Amino acid sequence: MSEGSRLARFLVAPEFRLAIITLAVFALMSMLSPERFLSAQNLTSMAFQFPEFAILALAMTLTMMTGGIDLSVIGVANLSAVIAASLLAAFATPDMTLAQSLPWLMLAAVAALATGALAGAFNGLLVAHFALPPILATLGTGLVFTGFAVALTGGSAVMGFPEAVAWLGNGRLAGIPVPLVVFALLAIGLHVLLTRTSFGLKATMYGANPLAALYAAIDIGRLLLRVYVVSGMFSAIAGLVIMSRANSAKADYGSSYLLLAVLIAVLGGVNPYGGYGRVIGVVLAVLSMQFLSSGLNMLQVSNFAREMIWGTLLIFVMLINTYDWSGLRHARTSTRTSH
Amino acid sequence: MTLHLWKRNETLVAIVIVAFCVLATLSDPLFFSATTLTDLLRASIVLGILAVGAMLVLISGGIDVSFTAIAVFAMYASTVLTLGVMPDLPWYLVFALSIGIGALLGAINGIFIAGFGLPTLIVTLGTLSVFRGFLLTIIGSERISALPPGMRDFSRMMIARGTTEAGSFYALPAAFAALAGTVVLTWFILHKTMLGRAIFAVGGSVESARRIGINVRATQFFVYVYVGALAGLAGIIHGSLGRMADPFSLVGLELSVIAAVVLGGARLIGGYGTVTGTLLGVALIVLVQNSLIVVGIPSTWQSVAIGVLILLGTGLPAWQARRAAARTA
Repeated sequence: MSEGSRLARFLVAPEFRLAIITLAVFALMSMLSPERFLSAQNLTSMAFQFPEFAILALAMTLTMMTGGIDLSVIGVANLSAVIAASLLAAFATPDMTLAQSLPWLMLAAVAALATGALAGAFNGLLVAHFALPPILATLGTGLVFTGFAVALTGGSAVMGFPEAVAWLGNGRLAGIPVPLVVFALLAIGLHVLLTRTSFGLKATMYGANPLAALYAAIDIGRLLLRVYVVSGMFSAIAGLVIMSRANSAKADYGSSYLLLAVLIAVLGGVNPYGGYGRVIGVVLAVLSMQFLSSGLNMLQVSNFAREMIWGTLLIFVMLINTYDWSGLRHARTSTRTSH
Repeated sequence: MTLHLWKRNETLVAIVIVAFCVLATLSDPLFFSATTLTDLLRASIVLGILAVGAMLVLISGGIDVSFTAIAVFAMYASTVLTLGVMPDLPWYLVFALSIGIGALLGAINGIFIAGFGLPTLIVTLGTLSVFRGFLLTIIGSERISALPPGMRDFSRMMIARGTTEAGSFYALPAAFAALAGTVVLTWFILHKTMLGRAIFAVGGSVESARRIGINVRATQFFVYVYVGALAGLAGIIHGSLGRMADPFSLVGLELSVIAAVVLGGARLIGGYGTVTGTLLGVALIVLVQNSLIVVGIPSTWQSVAIGVLILLGTGLPAWQARRAAARTA
């Protein structure tokens, strides 16, 4: 492949377009309120805010790669958080020292992750073995998981944790916000998983053409099960971050994050029909959404107007992407033949 | 063969409903009364109209989650407009206004889905927040309890009212006729017109439908406009019966509506769905929402119950179809 065609391919990639959009949003917001948007305080508060829904968007990305979708992410996140919170509230008191509460913290984290994995496995089972359409399967399980969280708590918030819980959502590691570190690790992990492992290759192949994947002797049941388990565990981690930042857990936290997670994945260039998606695109989408969100907040735009702008953006990006995909596919096949 | 299996899906729902009612009557004899019946029928008007619309979308091979936003938008906008311009408008014109606004918003969905071929879930997720955001930022976010007189007149119109022997009051509002009308009209469109055959055909296979000369885009566009119009109707009925135009209501109900439709046997991949099944699904969801407590299940478990019903309603037919396919293979 010549240098020229590599450059051309880079320029036509949705991620490149997105990088420009991200920079444009950043520049626009910096110009509209330079003192406040560019202040160190705002930049760090953004770094604390976005990881929780960005992690959900990563989970969404993985399931969308296979042509599915996971509408239960927020249900899984809240159920995991409620279970972890109930354990902590029952066994660890707020006045415990770090050393005393550490075993309970570990137990709570493990319980949350196990809940996420189990919930994901349930989703995977429904999609892979009972052949339910992912939309309906995860819509149903989302209600069930949220319902369990409501039934466990009676609908109220679970509170009263050891102080150490706040570290995950509000602490810093060598000056960098901990949730940002968590998000970075998960994003890198997902990138490696998708691009460097046979699991990622199979997931992409299945998303691009399920029938071809079947004929290539891929164990589809096992593949989908693992996809939804990973998605569930990512959701559980997001749930823990939300719990730590809110210093409580509740069945209906973050209900607007579902739309946001779908929006970010689609904005990031992930094909909702499956087969294409890059983590770098999703990261750029997260950044542009956060810049937009913070900027609008500073301009004192109401939450409802923000929702409207998000929705418009979602449809607008879908329009651009579907329009371009035909051209992109053409470019891809032509580079393939030039090998 | 397949017909037999699908029939079982609907009979299953009917059996669950009957079992539920028997259980409820056993644990509380007062459950079996005209009051309960009219309460449940009353609760099923808005849900039922929305469900018939959602069923049409599923038959055509799509999914719509924005209809609740359309319903509340149409209801609130037509109330505000009527109050501001002509407060004395008779109820049927207020209704026509709401239906018109609903159809217009549905047409926006239709443009993106039928015109540009975007995925239905993503488009309607997007328009859900656009419609709701527009309503709450630009039109208003105050609850209005001083409704136009026309809407209040409508809420007082009754099909039947009276007092049971046990002394409790019962009433069935005229709005129930709107549900009946919607059901008849939709049934007629689906089974007695070429348009109905086209909707089934597009849902079964877009490519095949196109090759036999069906205008796929026009058919899809009609579906979303029709659903929007039904949502407008459901919205204004909700506002009139509740005697309040609340811009925060209705949104969030979409999952229960889709649950009802899916329980009734309509399939997400399109091409299949019946009005009878949908109405049975609505009846079951209304029972679960209103009377779960009577059979001894605390109402905090309501969303678990609805979720499980969705999973069973979609899982059983999918599982049976897979087994049937494995047997023939």
